[in-house]
Amino acid sequence: MSEAQIKSLEEEFEARIARNEKIEPKDWMPEKYRKTHIRQMSQHAHSEIVGMLPEGNWITRAPSLRRKVALLAKVQDEAGHGLYLYSATETLGVSRDELFEQLHTGKAKYSSIFNYPTVTWADMGAIGWLVDGAAIINQVPLCGASYGPYARAMVRVCKEESFHQRQGYELILTLAKGTPEQKEMAQDALNRFWWPALMMFGPRDDDSPNTEQSMKWKLKRKTNDELRQQFIDQTVPQAELIGLTIPDPDLKWNEDKGGYDSGKINWDEFWQVVKGHGPCNKKRMNTRVAAWENGQWVRDAAIAHREKQEQRKMNKTA
Amino acid sequence: MNNNLYNYILGIADNSLILGQRLGELCGHGPSLETDIACTNISLDLFGQVRSYFQYAAQIANDGRSEDTIAMLRTERQYVNVLLVEQPNVDFAYTITRQFLFDVYHYKFLVQLQKSNDATLAAIAKKSIKEVSYHLRFSSDWIKRLGDGTEDSHNRIQNAVNDLWAYTDELFHQTPADKTMIAEGIGVDTLKFKDNYFKEATEVLIEATLVVPDLEYFQKGGKEGVHTEHLGYLLAEMQYMQRTYPNMKW
Repeated sequence: MSEAQIKSLEEEFEARIARNEKIEPKDWMPEKYRKTHIRQMSQHAHSEIVGMLPEGNWITRAPSLRRKVALLAKVQDEAGHGLYLYSATETLGVSRDELFEQLHTGKAKYSSIFNYPTVTWADMGAIGWLVDGAAIINQVPLCGASYGPYARAMVRVCKEESFHQRQGYELILTLAKGTPEQKEMAQDALNRFWWPALMMFGPRDDDSPNTEQSMKWKLKRKTNDELRQQFIDQTVPQAELIGLTIPDPDLKWNEDKGGYDSGKINWDEFWQVVKGHGPCNKKRMNTRVAAWENGQWVRDAAIAHREKQEQRKMNKTA
Repeated sequence: MNNNLYNYILGIADNSLILGQRLGELCGHGPSLETDIACTNISLDLFGQVRSYFQYAAQIANDGRSEDTIAMLRTERQYVNVLLVEQPNVDFAYTITRQFLFDVYHYKFLVQLQKSNDATLAAIAKKSIKEVSYHLRFSSDWIKRLGDGTEDSHNRIQNAVNDLWAYTDELFHQTPADKTMIAEGIGVDTLKFKDNYFKEATEVLIEATLVVPDLEYFQKGGKEGVHTEHLGYLLAEMQYMQRTYPNMKW
């Protein structure tokens, strides 16, 4: 293909996106578009799978049968999200095994929030309320992403995430209205998860070099700081409503901007966790790798069985 | 309160409770996403059944007990599940074998429980049997897959069968509460399908190219509350919150 031809394809491609048309797997797309999407979509899929671990940590210890069932269902939903996000990523010409390989070798990233430990039952509420709450704000705009399979996956993911968020808030609310011990547990969870939840929106706009290209491709519809502000404005009243205190002494309503001013995020901590040195980075990865390696013989057996079945079928028809 | 009915319900529900708990341990650690989702799903079904049974038991007791206190505030000797379901998740072969040996029983049990004179138990059975027929298909398929798959998977599943087979006989032991409930047309006479259980389990194992153990001695005790050493740890974890923070709403 000549350079002129490629340029004309690229122009037509950008025009389609500008017209809000969806790009489908068999359509022509620039290599950079494909790679960027593989990176973001698989990162999202990995986050779902690694995200199962901090919550899975409390399944065996859930305080009531009702909560245990809800938690199991929630973690199962996350596995489901992982499954269809991996499938959507596979439409870009990469296999699930390759994506796992990237995760296990540390080449691919996942959301840093899952590198924090879940030390009390209240953390199940904080994750639902804050982490899923932040995830929804990040993800709702993606329902309008230009890549069709991703946009469609996000519609379903967002519906379930919004259910999880309400469930998490209800869990925290129950604790906040409970005994002093329970209320303390809820406040402690909020104290520990508030700042990491704010970090989920990524670096400040000034430090986020990929934003412009991603906005053009509708892989991102708002900047990190805009989304973070939206989350703060949405969450502060929710905390007040149930009598919990946001752990930010600088938090103050700003009448002029119609939003809250908030304190400074500890970016050193952000980069520490992103670079692999958070409290649970190693543990999470070891757990995922162990599950994968311990399961190798099972996956091998399934393949061997299928091949034998096919062979037997062929022998029969021959 | 009708003690026999109460104890009979515990005898059914404790199996689902303990097996559900074991499967819950695996969530996020499965050999593939699909098997992970399936095992979690089975756990979810079992806990759903447990809730129905214990809510009914709490209603019968009518003394302030709840589904949660029944599930989590008994002592080890008061749990009456069979030993099979408390066996640990040694590896996927053990998990599948434990599931399979229980599912064959569970399905046949629920078929009969649907005909119980007790309308609530019959209704729970009717709802659960759809779920359990799926569990049985899942575990049977994996028995065959692992038996037929590779030499390694064959050996692993054979080992698991050899170890867990000793716990099958107890499925058919009957406590005094069981016998009373059978006489009243409420309980299921499990002895009536014992032969069929071994016949069907054997058929699947043979199809999976496995050897059916020929044992002289079997293990028992769970139904009388005498468990393997594994159960205490499982309960310590399961009961942690209820024990540490008594009388609270969650």
